[in-house]
Amino acid sequence: MRDFLYRIRAGEIIVADGAMGTMCFEAGLRVGDCPELLNIENPQLIEDITRSYLEAGSQIVQTNTFGGTALKLAPYGLQKRSAEINEAAVKIARRAAGDRAYISGSCGPSGKILQPYGDTEPEIIYASFREQINALIEAGADIITVETMVDLEEAKLAIKAARQISSTIPVMAAMTFDSTPNGFFTIMGISIEDAAVGLKEAGADIIGSNCGNGIRDMVMIASGFRQATDMPLIIQSNAGLPKVENGKTVYTETPEMMAEHAKDLMVLPVSVIGGCCGTTPEHIRALRKMVDSWAA
Amino acid sequence: MLTSQAIEEKIPVKKILDEGLIAGMNVVGEEFKHHRIFLPSVLLAARAMYAGMDLIKPLMIRDNIPTIGKVVIGTIKGDLHDIGKNLVGIMLKGAGFEVIDLGNDVTPDRFVQAAKDEKADAVGMSALLTTTMTGMKDVIELMKSEGIYGKIKVIIGGAPVNREFAEQIGADSYAYDGMKAVEILKEYVKDK
Repeated sequence: MRDFLYRIRAGEIIVADGAMGTMCFEAGLRVGDCPELLNIENPQLIEDITRSYLEAGSQIVQTNTFGGTALKLAPYGLQKRSAEINEAAVKIARRAAGDRAYISGSCGPSGKILQPYGDTEPEIIYASFREQINALIEAGADIITVETMVDLEEAKLAIKAARQISSTIPVMAAMTFDSTPNGFFTIMGISIEDAAVGLKEAGADIIGSNCGNGIRDMVMIASGFRQATDMPLIIQSNAGLPKVENGKTVYTETPEMMAEHAKDLMVLPVSVIGGCCGTTPEHIRALRKMVDSWAA
Repeated sequence: MLTSQAIEEKIPVKKILDEGLIAGMNVVGEEFKHHRIFLPSVLLAARAMYAGMDLIKPLMIRDNIPTIGKVVIGTIKGDLHDIGKNLVGIMLKGAGFEVIDLGNDVTPDRFVQAAKDEKADAVGMSALLTTTMTGMKDVIELMKSEGIYGKIKVIIGGAPVNREFAEQIGADSYAYDGMKAVEILKEYVKDK
């Protein structure tokens, strides 16, 4: 495979994958179970989900390691198994993808709040990311993606941990913003401008946003990033906000709707486009079609 | 600091509570609700409030000043997301309630036991996940079989929860955020 960052800098638009967690719940993951433990206990399920995204046209597939830091695994009593779980996840993704897609190691929030607002020291969060990212890279991840961050300081710690382990591995970093009457902010009060400056400074190669309220807000968030920075951008939108119908969770944004709005992302341009919670291989298939017709 | 100064100046403890700590948290809650301040400011303000509360607590006991009500809170079994629940706890304490926080991943048994043991006025349940929110119904069913349903109010909140869902499962009320929870519970204890 050609160098990922080279392709991005040459102006290519890359299609990533969609949701992992909501697909696991769809496949029967029970409430209170640790989604990342599936890498050990039901690797076939994770491989099947990964394969369905590859078949839909994903050029990047994410590992099932969103909650794979020791800090996030601790409530399940799995804090000592971070390295094992992350390594297994990369192997599953590689088995599914071979050389036809990049494997991105997913790193979500630690679930802890940094001092002085919370009680966790930065060294502890850094060490937790370092252990996770080291396992991901050792096992052969091509990219590290720090995602769904709301605290810029925590995102920077994760990026720095990746950079400390490898000065060359591509690092993507995405934060989650809420719409407020005064513009977009994370719940910790980080603006798009703050994020653009901070994520770059920490050493990310591609920056942007994931999760959130749906594709319409994401187009505005992406425009905000474009005004704030010249860096390549990543956007992975939810399929809207979840609603409960007849006791079942449903996400309401269709593949067609997401693909239609992807045009607004491509003009900016956004270099990496994918989905987050509630998106399915059908969403990715629609995105793929839109990106291909755009490039043609 | 301000609290200890107020105590030294012999300002009545009720006044320190109502016009100092509670009034302050009320401003914080309003500002947060309108997105003019964010989570870090709320957490810092809460720390200051707790420090103040610790100072006046002995005086409140000495002067026999009751809290305005007692609320048991927690996140539903299987749900480890507690930021929302913690915010509700902060706002309730900041409004003068006594809060028994059972933490995360709380079983129906623990909710009901605590509500009975503590003689709570209300039980507050929170869930972030659509997969855990259904567990709220289990708590309410257990409250019914234990004979405390209707005597102890049930208030629920969390991202996937709404008023319709509250009615469906038989909760007394739904609060969109911490400030709303305070408003509803104040209204409730006023009638008691």
